[in-house]
Amino acid sequence: MKKIISVLVENKFGALNRVATMFSGRGFNIHSISIGVTEDPEVSRMTIVTSGEANILDQVIKQLNRLIDIIKVIDLSAEHHVARELAMISVNYQKGIRSEIMNICEVFQGKVVDITIKSITIEVTGPPDKIDAIINMLTPYGIKDVARSGLVALKREEQIIIKPKKEVTIS
Amino acid sequence: MSQTHREMNGAEIFLESLRKEGVDIIFGYPGGAVLGIYDKLYDCDFIHHILVRHEQGAAHMAEGYAKATGKVGVVLVTSGPGATNTVTGIADAYMDSIPIVVFTGQVPSKLIGNDAFQEADIVGITRPITKHNFLVREVDELASTIKKAFFIASTGRPGPVLVDMPKDMLAKITKFIYPDHVEIRGYKPTYSGHSQQIKKAANALRKAKRPLLYVGGGVVMSNADRELTLLARETGIPVTMTLQGLGSFPMTDDLSLGMLGMHGTFWANMATENCDLLISLGARFDDRVTGNTETFAKDAYKIQVDIDPTAIDKNVKVDLPIVGDLKNVLAELLTELAEKPVTTDFTDWWSMITKWKDACPLEFENSDGKLRAQYVLQRLSKMTKGEAVVVTDVGQHQMWTTQWYEFNHPRSHITSGGLGTMGFSVPAAIGAAFAIKDRPVISISGDGGFQMNMQELITAAAYKLPIKFIILNNSFLGMVRQWQDLFYKEKYSFTDLSKTNPNFVKVAEAFGCKAMSTDNPAEVDGLINEMMEYNDGPVLVEFKVVKEEMVFPMVPSGGSIRDIMVKRLDPNRLV
Repeated sequence: MKKIISVLVENKFGALNRVATMFSGRGFNIHSISIGVTEDPEVSRMTIVTSGEANILDQVIKQLNRLIDIIKVIDLSAEHHVARELAMISVNYQKGIRSEIMNICEVFQGKVVDITIKSITIEVTGPPDKIDAIINMLTPYGIKDVARSGLVALKREEQIIIKPKKEVTIS
Repeated sequence: MSQTHREMNGAEIFLESLRKEGVDIIFGYPGGAVLGIYDKLYDCDFIHHILVRHEQGAAHMAEGYAKATGKVGVVLVTSGPGATNTVTGIADAYMDSIPIVVFTGQVPSKLIGNDAFQEADIVGITRPITKHNFLVREVDELASTIKKAFFIASTGRPGPVLVDMPKDMLAKITKFIYPDHVEIRGYKPTYSGHSQQIKKAANALRKAKRPLLYVGGGVVMSNADRELTLLARETGIPVTMTLQGLGSFPMTDDLSLGMLGMHGTFWANMATENCDLLISLGARFDDRVTGNTETFAKDAYKIQVDIDPTAIDKNVKVDLPIVGDLKNVLAELLTELAEKPVTTDFTDWWSMITKWKDACPLEFENSDGKLRAQYVLQRLSKMTKGEAVVVTDVGQHQMWTTQWYEFNHPRSHITSGGLGTMGFSVPAAIGAAFAIKDRPVISISGDGGFQMNMQELITAAAYKLPIKFIILNNSFLGMVRQWQDLFYKEKYSFTDLSKTNPNFVKVAEAFGCKAMSTDNPAEVDGLINEMMEYNDGPVLVEFKVVKEEMVFPMVPSGGSIRDIMVKRLDPNRLV
């Protein structure tokens, strides 16, 4: 079972190391981890993707909470959330296939961010399966390098649905 | 400018901060990076600095002091090797949740990361074995960091905290402002238990036919021994204790089943196997207690009370978790039960337990004229009336002490449980002896563990501490030998110390202690008497015991009560 955990952490020296050390010391898996500062410069948000049996994942959350520098742990998998990943994919450029690569890029709503005689680099954002898909599509052309950001995610806010007070007839 | 806002250098701020925390004793060893502090300590009249002989000793002394008093033990060492030598003590304190604060010197800020002389990344090294640690980067942060360190070490589930102080931080000058309170947004321990959960626990108690209290070190730490005793006596429910729980409930009480687990009593383990309600109080279902977690109290409804949420469900899934401080939770539970008491008649349950007790009592061979460790401990318990503070090391003698010494008070039994640190007893007893003046402090070691920190005898002698050091010398690494006997076809690989052990009497005398030795059971009482009556300084008594003896009963690692090994009885007949 996979889990996305969002962690608010004091933006302090060694905080990332504390989390990484706890994961490795207790034998928990990390699939990806991304970290960046929040609206409060003293607080960073880590998005961690981990996996394991349900009881292990329970421990992961408890052990994260136990770290002194960690302010809040949110199990995003248990809530509605939006999750995105950014990838940069550098592909071999060969004469005659440029338009094919551009087509794929367009389908995935990617952007060309670098182009040379030998290579073309595409930036694409989306859920991880979309990133997997574009990488899969580009593989036949010869991928030179891939850099993925790891997942970042936020809880979806409650939708406020405004119900009409009376029936409206559309004329 | 008020007294508290005086300008001071970091070294003075360090000492003044300790004063604010009520610290009057620290265990330390000087060195280059902390010279600034030692310069000020020389003239300091409010802190008693204990000069140890090895930094590991300092860390264990702080642990012994903390376990004996419940107060925070404090260590001061220099950078590099001074710091790394404390690592075993820190890991030990982490495993057994002991509140200590370790202050380490560090190379000057501008040299950090340069592989400077006596530099070690002690914050990195100790991250997984501390509750939290700090590197002081600005002298303005020194006082507030010390405040936080003591707060974190002593609250919630206690544990070790390390504060690394670069040399220049101790020389820089700033105003001394000691904060009144600490606010750490990521650290808010839960002290009161959930009322609904406590009501459910009371109901479960009223319904149970075969309940059992499984008591760990948390009861001692939260000073909840009175509440526990009330609960047990009001309800008539049997009490079994873990290694760290010993002392929280009097072992001489009829309700006590003694210790459970690998070397626990047969009847405590059988009661655990057969109970229908298991109430875990500040215990962590350690593998040495549970053996096979699949079969551990498998039919029981399990309640677990602990201040640390990570302890809940970690090894064994429980039915009713209560996160909170045991003293509060037990008080609330007692109030619940006062309104509607437990009225169940536990006669049948107790007759089952008595049957197990009769089937497999604790015993040892006592008629062949040879000296055995169990006999020494039995006599020691009787002659001190279970009133001493007993500090054990790790191994066979440690387990025999749990079986034969009858602990009747909390904070009387100090031992290295989780980490199993050989060499713990000698320094930990010294730490305890600095705090405990009204009761004797007895250190018990095997011949192996004793040699791991025996240099601290010098510290005991230097401060004329009236500690009774006992070596139960079987000329073997006895517990390892026992495993080699039982599981490795009697190949005693590197466990025989008989040809290489030093003359312990001469060693002790050279270090400034009175020393005695015997291998004769008839002399045991006399030597114990002499040892107990000598109070001019440390005294060491070596008891040369038979080497073949094994600790029984024994539930092999990962096994269940059905795998129990009992000395003379066929286990199949018992279970």
